[in-house]
Amino acid sequence: MEQTSLLFYILSSFAIAGALGVIMARHPVYAVLSLVAALFSLSGIFLLLHAYFVAAIQVLVYAGAILVLFLFVVMLVDMAPERLFRLRTNMLNLGGALFGLVLLWEIVVAACFFTIAPPATGAGTEGTTAAVGALLFTRYALPFEVASLLLLAGIIGAIVLAKKRL
Amino acid sequence: MIPLQELLILSGVLFAIGLIGAITRRNIIMILLSLEILLAAVNLAFVAFSYSLGDLAGQVVVFFVMIVAAAEVTVGLAIAVVLVRQFNKTEADDLRILRW
Repeated sequence: MEQTSLLFYILSSFAIAGALGVIMARHPVYAVLSLVAALFSLSGIFLLLHAYFVAAIQVLVYAGAILVLFLFVVMLVDMAPERLFRLRTNMLNLGGALFGLVLLWEIVVAACFFTIAPPATGAGTEGTTAAVGALLFTRYALPFEVASLLLLAGIIGAIVLAKKRL
Repeated sequence: MIPLQELLILSGVLFAIGLIGAITRRNIIMILLSLEILLAAVNLAFVAFSYSLGDLAGQVVVFFVMIVAAAEVTVGLAIAVVLVRQFNKTEADDLRILRW
Protein backbone atom coordinates (compact mmCIF):
# COMPACT_ATOMS: atom_id res chain seq x y z
CA MET A 1 0.00 0.00 0.00
CA GLU A 2 2.78 2.37 0.91
CA GLN A 3 4.61 1.56 -2.30
CA THR A 4 1.50 2.26 -4.37
CA SER A 5 1.15 5.66 -2.75
CA LEU A 6 4.82 6.50 -3.25
CA LEU A 7 4.67 5.40 -6.88
CA PHE A 8 1.57 7.51 -7.40
CA TYR A 9 3.31 10.64 -6.09
CA ILE A 10 6.38 10.03 -8.23
CA LEU A 11 4.35 9.43 -11.37
CA SER A 12 2.07 12.39 -10.76
CA SER A 13 5.03 14.72 -10.25
CA PHE A 14 6.45 13.44 -13.55
CA ALA A 15 3.09 14.05 -15.23
CA ILE A 16 2.84 17.61 -13.90
CA ALA A 17 6.44 18.34 -14.85
CA GLY A 18 5.81 17.02 -18.35
CA ALA A 19 2.66 19.10 -18.74
CA LEU A 20 4.49 22.22 -17.56
CA GLY A 21 7.24 21.40 -20.04
CA VAL A 22 4.67 21.27 -22.83
CA ILE A 23 3.33 24.74 -22.22
CA MET A 24 6.68 26.34 -21.46
CA ALA A 25 8.89 24.76 -24.11
CA ARG A 26 10.13 27.19 -26.70
CA HIS A 27 10.38 24.75 -29.53
CA PRO A 28 7.47 22.45 -30.47
CA VAL A 29 9.72 19.37 -30.70
CA TYR A 30 10.59 19.69 -27.01
CA ALA A 31 6.93 20.27 -26.21
CA VAL A 32 5.91 17.09 -28.01
CA LEU A 33 8.60 15.08 -26.23
CA SER A 34 7.49 16.43 -22.83
CA LEU A 35 3.95 15.45 -23.68
CA VAL A 36 5.19 11.91 -24.41
CA ALA A 37 6.77 11.84 -20.95
CA ALA A 38 3.60 13.15 -19.30
CA LEU A 39 1.41 10.61 -21.08
CA PHE A 40 3.73 7.76 -20.14
CA SER A 41 3.48 8.81 -16.49
CA LEU A 42 -0.30 8.98 -16.81
CA SER A 43 -0.36 5.48 -18.22
CA GLY A 44 1.64 4.36 -15.19
CA ILE A 45 -1.03 5.92 -12.97
CA PHE A 46 -3.67 4.05 -14.98
CA LEU A 47 -1.81 0.84 -14.20
CA LEU A 48 -1.92 1.70 -10.50
CA LEU A 49 -5.68 2.15 -10.88
CA HIS A 50 -6.05 -1.34 -12.40
CA ALA A 51 -6.95 0.09 -15.80
CA TYR A 52 -4.61 -2.13 -17.78
CA PHE A 53 -6.35 -1.87 -21.14
CA VAL A 54 -6.55 1.93 -20.98
CA ALA A 55 -2.88 2.13 -20.00
CA ALA A 56 -1.84 0.01 -22.97
CA ILE A 57 -4.05 2.01 -25.33
CA GLN A 58 -2.61 5.23 -23.94
CA VAL A 59 0.92 4.13 -24.79
CA LEU A 60 0.03 2.62 -28.17
CA VAL A 61 -2.37 5.25 -29.47
CA TYR A 62 -1.23 8.46 -27.82
CA ALA A 63 2.50 8.05 -27.53
CA GLY A 64 2.77 5.71 -30.48
CA ALA A 65 0.52 7.26 -33.09
CA ILE A 66 -0.81 10.71 -32.21
CA LEU A 67 2.44 12.17 -30.96
CA VAL A 68 4.41 10.68 -33.84
CA LEU A 69 1.95 12.49 -36.09
CA PHE A 70 2.62 15.68 -34.12
CA LEU A 71 6.37 15.25 -34.47
CA PHE A 72 6.00 14.56 -38.16
CA VAL A 73 4.00 17.74 -38.72
CA VAL A 74 6.31 19.85 -36.54
CA MET A 75 9.27 18.72 -38.59
CA LEU A 76 7.39 19.06 -41.89
CA VAL A 77 6.24 22.60 -41.17
CA ASP A 78 9.69 23.87 -40.18
CA MET A 79 8.67 26.99 -38.28
CA ALA A 80 11.06 29.85 -37.90
CA PRO A 81 12.36 29.75 -34.31
CA GLU A 82 11.99 33.43 -33.52
CA ARG A 83 8.29 33.32 -34.27
CA LEU A 84 7.98 30.49 -31.79
CA PHE A 85 9.62 32.40 -29.00
CA ARG A 86 7.21 35.29 -29.16
CA LEU A 87 4.39 34.81 -26.72
CA ARG A 88 1.38 37.03 -26.51
CA THR A 89 1.54 40.33 -24.74
CA ASN A 90 2.18 40.22 -21.02
CA MET A 91 -1.37 41.29 -20.37
CA LEU A 92 -2.87 38.26 -22.04
CA ASN A 93 -0.26 35.95 -20.51
CA LEU A 94 -1.13 37.20 -17.07
CA GLY A 95 -4.85 36.92 -17.76
CA GLY A 96 -4.50 33.36 -18.99
CA ALA A 97 -2.40 32.32 -16.02
CA LEU A 98 -4.82 33.99 -13.62
CA PHE A 99 -7.82 32.34 -15.27
CA GLY A 100 -6.16 28.95 -15.13
CA LEU A 101 -5.16 29.36 -11.49
CA VAL A 102 -8.68 30.42 -10.48
CA LEU A 103 -10.05 27.36 -12.24
CA LEU A 104 -7.44 25.20 -10.49
CA TRP A 105 -8.49 26.65 -7.13
CA GLU A 106 -12.12 25.90 -7.86
CA ILE A 107 -11.33 22.33 -8.88
CA VAL A 108 -9.17 21.70 -5.83
CA VAL A 109 -11.84 23.06 -3.48
CA ALA A 110 -14.52 21.02 -5.22
CA ALA A 111 -12.39 17.89 -5.06
CA CYS A 112 -11.56 18.35 -1.39
CA PHE A 113 -15.20 18.57 -0.40
CA PHE A 114 -16.21 15.80 -2.74
CA THR A 115 -17.40 12.64 -1.10
CA ILE A 116 -18.59 9.56 -2.83
CA ALA A 117 -20.39 6.46 -1.72
CA PRO A 118 -17.90 3.81 -0.64
CA PRO A 119 -16.98 1.58 -3.54
CA ALA A 120 -18.76 -1.69 -3.98
CA THR A 121 -15.35 -3.40 -4.15
CA GLY A 122 -17.02 -6.17 -6.08
CA ALA A 123 -15.60 -8.10 -8.97
CA GLY A 124 -15.27 -6.53 -12.39
CA THR A 125 -13.18 -3.52 -11.39
CA GLU A 126 -10.07 -4.90 -13.06
CA GLY A 127 -9.86 -3.14 -16.41
CA THR A 128 -8.42 -6.00 -18.38
CA THR A 129 -8.76 -6.16 -22.14
CA ALA A 130 -11.30 -8.97 -21.83
CA ALA A 131 -13.51 -7.07 -19.38
CA VAL A 132 -13.42 -3.75 -21.24
CA GLY A 133 -13.81 -5.48 -24.58
CA ALA A 134 -16.84 -7.43 -23.39
CA LEU A 135 -18.44 -4.19 -22.24
CA LEU A 136 -17.48 -2.46 -25.47
CA PHE A 137 -19.12 -5.03 -27.70
CA THR A 138 -22.30 -5.52 -25.70
CA ARG A 139 -23.54 -2.45 -23.87
CA TYR A 140 -21.56 0.11 -25.85
CA ALA A 141 -21.76 -1.49 -29.29
CA LEU A 142 -23.64 1.41 -30.87
CA PRO A 143 -21.23 4.12 -29.63
CA PHE A 144 -18.41 1.90 -30.85
CA GLU A 145 -19.83 1.84 -34.36
CA VAL A 146 -20.49 5.59 -34.28
CA ALA A 147 -16.87 6.09 -33.24
CA SER A 148 -15.72 4.17 -36.29
CA LEU A 149 -17.84 6.51 -38.41
CA LEU A 150 -16.14 9.47 -36.72
CA LEU A 151 -12.73 8.03 -37.54
CA LEU A 152 -13.81 7.55 -41.16
CA ALA A 153 -14.90 11.20 -41.29
CA GLY A 154 -11.53 12.20 -39.84
CA ILE A 155 -9.65 10.19 -42.47
CA ILE A 156 -11.69 11.69 -45.31
CA GLY A 157 -11.23 15.18 -43.90
CA ALA A 158 -7.47 14.74 -43.69
CA ILE A 159 -7.30 13.43 -47.26
CA VAL A 160 -9.40 16.31 -48.60
CA LEU A 161 -7.29 18.86 -46.72
CA ALA A 162 -4.05 17.29 -47.94
CA LYS A 163 -4.99 17.55 -51.59
CA LYS A 164 -2.80 19.75 -53.73
CA ARG A 165 -5.55 22.07 -54.84
CA LEU A 166 -8.32 22.82 -52.43
CA MET B 1 -6.00 2.33 -2.49
CA ILE B 2 -5.23 5.78 -3.83
CA PRO B 3 -7.73 8.34 -2.49
CA LEU B 4 -10.11 9.79 -5.03
CA GLN B 5 -9.42 13.34 -3.87
CA GLU B 6 -5.75 13.16 -4.80
CA LEU B 7 -6.54 11.75 -8.24
CA LEU B 8 -9.09 14.48 -8.87
CA ILE B 9 -6.65 17.15 -7.73
CA LEU B 10 -3.99 15.78 -10.08
CA SER B 11 -6.54 15.80 -12.87
CA GLY B 12 -7.48 19.40 -12.03
CA VAL B 13 -3.85 20.49 -11.98
CA LEU B 14 -3.25 18.95 -15.40
CA PHE B 15 -6.45 20.53 -16.73
CA ALA B 16 -5.44 23.98 -15.45
CA ILE B 17 -1.97 23.62 -16.98
CA GLY B 18 -3.48 22.64 -20.33
CA LEU B 19 -5.95 25.53 -20.18
CA ILE B 20 -3.19 28.03 -19.43
CA GLY B 21 -1.25 26.67 -22.39
CA ALA B 22 -4.25 26.86 -24.71
CA ILE B 23 -4.88 30.48 -23.70
CA THR B 24 -1.36 31.84 -23.66
CA ARG B 25 0.37 30.08 -26.53
CA ARG B 26 -0.22 31.44 -29.99
CA ASN B 27 1.22 28.76 -32.23
CA ILE B 28 -1.59 26.51 -33.44
CA ILE B 29 0.46 23.35 -32.94
CA MET B 30 1.12 24.36 -29.34
CA ILE B 31 -2.60 25.00 -28.87
CA LEU B 32 -3.34 21.50 -30.18
CA LEU B 33 -0.77 20.04 -27.76
CA SER B 34 -2.43 21.89 -24.88
CA LEU B 35 -5.76 20.42 -25.95
CA GLU B 36 -4.14 16.98 -25.67
CA ILE B 37 -3.22 17.77 -22.06
CA LEU B 38 -6.82 18.78 -21.37
CA LEU B 39 -8.09 15.49 -22.80
CA ALA B 40 -5.54 13.49 -20.82
CA ALA B 41 -6.63 15.22 -17.60
CA VAL B 42 -10.24 14.34 -18.30
CA ASN B 43 -9.23 10.74 -19.04
CA LEU B 44 -7.54 10.58 -15.66
CA ALA B 45 -10.71 11.80 -13.95
CA PHE B 46 -12.76 9.14 -15.75
CA VAL B 47 -10.37 6.37 -14.76
CA ALA B 48 -10.29 7.65 -11.18
CA PHE B 49 -14.07 7.49 -10.91
CA SER B 50 -14.08 4.09 -12.58
CA TYR B 51 -11.57 2.91 -9.98
CA SER B 52 -13.36 4.23 -6.95
CA LEU B 53 -16.86 3.30 -8.08
CA GLY B 54 -15.85 -0.16 -9.25
CA ASP B 55 -17.53 0.40 -12.61
CA LEU B 56 -15.79 -0.23 -15.91
CA ALA B 57 -17.97 2.21 -17.86
CA GLY B 58 -15.53 5.02 -17.17
CA GLN B 59 -12.75 3.16 -18.93
CA VAL B 60 -15.00 2.61 -21.95
CA VAL B 61 -15.59 6.38 -22.05
CA VAL B 62 -11.82 6.91 -21.97
CA PHE B 63 -11.57 4.68 -25.04
CA PHE B 64 -14.07 6.91 -26.85
CA VAL B 65 -12.28 10.07 -25.73
CA MET B 66 -9.11 8.70 -27.26
CA ILE B 67 -10.92 8.04 -30.55
CA VAL B 68 -12.23 11.62 -30.58
CA ALA B 69 -8.73 12.90 -29.79
CA ALA B 70 -7.27 10.91 -32.67
CA ALA B 71 -9.82 12.30 -35.13
CA GLU B 72 -9.34 15.83 -33.79
CA VAL B 73 -5.56 15.64 -34.09
CA THR B 74 -5.74 14.22 -37.60
CA VAL B 75 -7.96 16.99 -38.93
CA GLY B 76 -6.31 19.72 -36.84
CA LEU B 77 -2.81 18.90 -38.03
CA ALA B 78 -4.04 18.64 -41.62
CA ILE B 79 -5.48 22.14 -41.24
CA ALA B 80 -2.17 23.33 -39.77
CA VAL B 81 -0.26 21.93 -42.76
CA VAL B 82 -2.69 23.59 -45.18
CA LEU B 83 -2.34 26.92 -43.36
CA VAL B 84 1.42 26.74 -43.58
CA ARG B 85 1.25 25.84 -47.27
CA GLN B 86 -1.24 28.56 -48.18
CA PHE B 87 -0.24 31.47 -45.96
CA ASN B 88 3.08 30.38 -44.43
CA LYS B 89 1.68 31.26 -41.02
CA THR B 90 1.30 29.10 -37.94
CA GLU B 91 0.16 31.67 -35.41
CA ALA B 92 -3.48 31.81 -34.49
CA ASP B 93 -3.48 35.62 -34.24
CA ASP B 94 -2.53 36.00 -37.87
CA LEU B 95 -5.41 33.93 -39.17
CA ARG B 96 -8.30 36.32 -39.46
CA ILE B 97 -9.88 35.60 -42.81
CA LEU B 98 -12.56 32.99 -43.20
CA ARG B 99 -11.84 31.97 -46.78
CA TRP B 100 -9.02 30.44 -48.72
